[in-house]
Amino acid sequence: MATLPDGRYVDDAPYSENENISAPERPDLDAPNWKLVWRRFRRHKLGLVSGLFLLCAYLMLPIAGFIAPYTPNERHADHLYAPPQGVHFFNDGKFIGPHVLPTTAKADLKNYRWTYTVDETRPMPLEFFCKRETYNLLGFIKTDRHLFCAPEGATLFLLGSDRLGRDVFSRILYGAQLSLTVGLIGITVSFILGIGFGSIAGYFGGKVDWAIQRSIEILRSLPELPLWLALSAAVPSHWGPVAVFFIISVILGILDWPGLARAVRSKFLSLREEEYVKAAEMMGASPTRVIRHHLLPNFSSHLIASAMLSIPAMILGETALSFLGLGLRAPAVSWGVMLNDAQNLAAIEIYPWTATPMLMIVLVVLAFNFLGDGLRDALDPYQH
Amino acid sequence: MEPLIEVKNLTIGFGTAEPTIEDVNFSIKMGETLALVGESGSGKTLSCRAILGILPNTAKIHSGEIISNTGKTPQNLLELNEKLFRKIRGDCISMIFQEPMRSLSPLHKVGHQVAEVLELHRSCPKKKIKKEVIAQFERVGFPDPKRAYNSYPFEMSGGMLQRAMIAMAMIAKPDLLIADEPTTALDVTTQAQVLGLINDLQKETGMAVILVTHDLGVVANMATKVVVMNKGRVMESGNAKDILSAPAHPYTQKLFAAAPAIPEASEIVPAVPHDDLILDLKNITKTYHARSSTPWKPAAVIQAVRGVDLQLTRGKTLAVVGESGSGKSTCARIALGAELPDEGGDVHFFTEPKATPLNVTALSRTERYDFQKQAQMVFQDPYSSLSPRMQIIDTLIEPLSIHNIGTKSERIDRAKDVLKLVGLDSSILRRYPHAFSGGQRQRLSIARALIMSPKLLVCDEPTSALDVSVQDQILDLLEEIRDAQQLSYLFISHDLAVVSRIADEVAVMRQGRIVEQAPPCTLFANPKHPYTKALIAAQPEPDINRPINLDLVALGAGKPSSWADNFRFEGDDVPPLQELEPGHMVRCHV
Repeated sequence: MATLPDGRYVDDAPYSENENISAPERPDLDAPNWKLVWRRFRRHKLGLVSGLFLLCAYLMLPIAGFIAPYTPNERHADHLYAPPQGVHFFNDGKFIGPHVLPTTAKADLKNYRWTYTVDETRPMPLEFFCKRETYNLLGFIKTDRHLFCAPEGATLFLLGSDRLGRDVFSRILYGAQLSLTVGLIGITVSFILGIGFGSIAGYFGGKVDWAIQRSIEILRSLPELPLWLALSAAVPSHWGPVAVFFIISVILGILDWPGLARAVRSKFLSLREEEYVKAAEMMGASPTRVIRHHLLPNFSSHLIASAMLSIPAMILGETALSFLGLGLRAPAVSWGVMLNDAQNLAAIEIYPWTATPMLMIVLVVLAFNFLGDGLRDALDPYQH
Repeated sequence: MEPLIEVKNLTIGFGTAEPTIEDVNFSIKMGETLALVGESGSGKTLSCRAILGILPNTAKIHSGEIISNTGKTPQNLLELNEKLFRKIRGDCISMIFQEPMRSLSPLHKVGHQVAEVLELHRSCPKKKIKKEVIAQFERVGFPDPKRAYNSYPFEMSGGMLQRAMIAMAMIAKPDLLIADEPTTALDVTTQAQVLGLINDLQKETGMAVILVTHDLGVVANMATKVVVMNKGRVMESGNAKDILSAPAHPYTQKLFAAAPAIPEASEIVPAVPHDDLILDLKNITKTYHARSSTPWKPAAVIQAVRGVDLQLTRGKTLAVVGESGSGKSTCARIALGAELPDEGGDVHFFTEPKATPLNVTALSRTERYDFQKQAQMVFQDPYSSLSPRMQIIDTLIEPLSIHNIGTKSERIDRAKDVLKLVGLDSSILRRYPHAFSGGQRQRLSIARALIMSPKLLVCDEPTSALDVSVQDQILDLLEEIRDAQQLSYLFISHDLAVVSRIADEVAVMRQGRIVEQAPPCTLFANPKHPYTKALIAAQPEPDINRPINLDLVALGAGKPSSWADNFRFEGDDVPPLQELEPGHMVRCHV
């Protein structure tokens, strides 16, 4: 520290004026945008865990048949409403590897329900890579290998069985194939419509904007549930489950796009004011070029976040429709169809495991929300 | 006398990173004005926010203390709990922020917002509070305090809002007023008036003022003590007089060297000849129709530009100076064909001397392509003028790829050339703009404008978002490029000092009209129009012996009907531009 005679304080640390004007001022931000987003997203633990969970869930879909011990419509007439069974490792205090204990059903005619007794004396080891019912691996490879299954004479209902003696665990896995993809197809439809109309409205403005805005308002003012019902009731009943599934997701997408179109439009309006967009226009860039090179890349990340937040709505929509019996129908398996079976409150009270698809729905919807939140927070690399 | 506030060895950091401000010391006594001077990122705002205990959540105080003598006994403000602190804020210490538009709630009447301070800190009847607020409004210079009490923030101009903010900060008669860049968002003439007001109020109440600013001119006009900060450290601190007359630290010296100033009157230079023009704007008027609030009322008509003629000589710089709303940016956009003038206006662009002019207001498709190659724009905000998703290289060569010029490798070579021209290294080509500072980005923005070798650059406030030292570098760069490439500039600015060094001819605009036009030397040596005089007088100079002459400012910045006889006009009955001496045009009656 140096103090001058007039009482002035002057810093005496070495000071150099020459700076390298090409050196980045913020070396910590010296990376492409996706890297910066990833760096920030990594810090959002809940979002990260949700993302991993969803990734696993979606990766599991094509091989659901391999993981599931049973096929979705395989019935066990002797095990109706069987409670969940655990996989045990120790019997009589001795380690004997993974095994199940066989159960036998007995009709309790007084309370009018099934009661199960577990036979602890006969531990039966699980079989791995065993041959059982045939299914299509990845959708087209016919095979009968399962990752694990119950030995002959025993059952393996990890989450219990339902009214017809079908394994709830296997059905949840199969149901995920439809329930999780319905959101993806729906969001694709919604994206194409929403981005298309939203960017047209946002970029051109004026009369086009007015027309699109009004049609969005009309679409949004229609009560959603009756509209779903009407549209799904219009699906011919002789169509196969796959066609119905496809139509349902398209319907969900068609009803979802207005929200997205509005988000896109408002983002467009604010981005249009950015000077780099004006600069491109003054250089002579065509509207297509401006939209493709400047506007879309700059809000693609916002789009992804808002997609993450609208997929759950689609999943819930499918569930609601199927629950009401207007969406997918048996023999197709989805979480909504499974819950349709669990409509009876008394049944849920006595056999609560039949409602486990609900738990799955909650988990998936929450995961999508957390992931969407995490992404949204991570998107702006300029914030600290 | 005991110091009112004493900041001792204050060190604050974010997370685990290096401290953002380190070992900051300063103190202030009653009646003093302490100026915290520094460029962006110097930690001046953080230091004064620490005094009020309003640091961002992630900031951590590593060490230091802030001793306050506002109460009966000295207390360390850093150890105070929230509840006790709330009693101090607004009552003993209050703050004025930079953006008056954003510091008042748009939902509440201005009067009520000011009254809230008294309601929180004094227990007295509502009627008395209202009376006090209105008296305070009168004190800060509202012409009609009762109406001001009942208006909403959006009904007021920026200068009036800042007065309301000052009233709010002063109403509880604090011991210390912290003003964080209180005039940065305001026009120069308004700035001069607001600074004068703060000075008057201080003299009246004897409070202490901490003034955070980047403008040495403001410091010279206001401060008794100065603390110069750079990168979180105090470079120099002491009495304003000593520092301003003989800066000791090299950083302070650099700041002084970079501070733009209106030159002392020098010899009269000959007028710029208008025989070889590159750009000719004739009789430009631009009317905007704002949609009215109700369909049966006629649409509001806003005349942004009214009958402006501008002639830019090849290889010269024509500066258009004016405050916000003067129509200068509209002129720039019209000159580039981005907007069309009203019927009767013409914009001509001459590619070569004596060539047939391109009519910018009616370009065919191919002509427009040609014109865009020759005329480019440099924007104001370096943070928004580069797309954050594009690598530098893609941003730079975009004009070439739009116009389909050259092969890929030729484009990259050209990009490297222009980077060299603006003083940057070609190693940054693959980087993204967010890693760079405002000055570096402005260089990139200039490089992009240069890549097609244009003949005309329109610079719309290219330095107003930059720090002084960076502003100095960018102006140097612009001058260098102009001379090397024989460019012509149409330079839009609100800052006379910036313009004085770069322009060959200056046009001063007010409310859509040119009021005076001359080469800068002539203009500063011999300003004729009261508005030009006001602008020059309002420009804060980093010289303690040249305080702002507020009377001159108030006179020129007032309504045209209050000007001296030969300049006065009412409504649209405007006097013509008269050539008083060669090249010196003034709007006046002869």
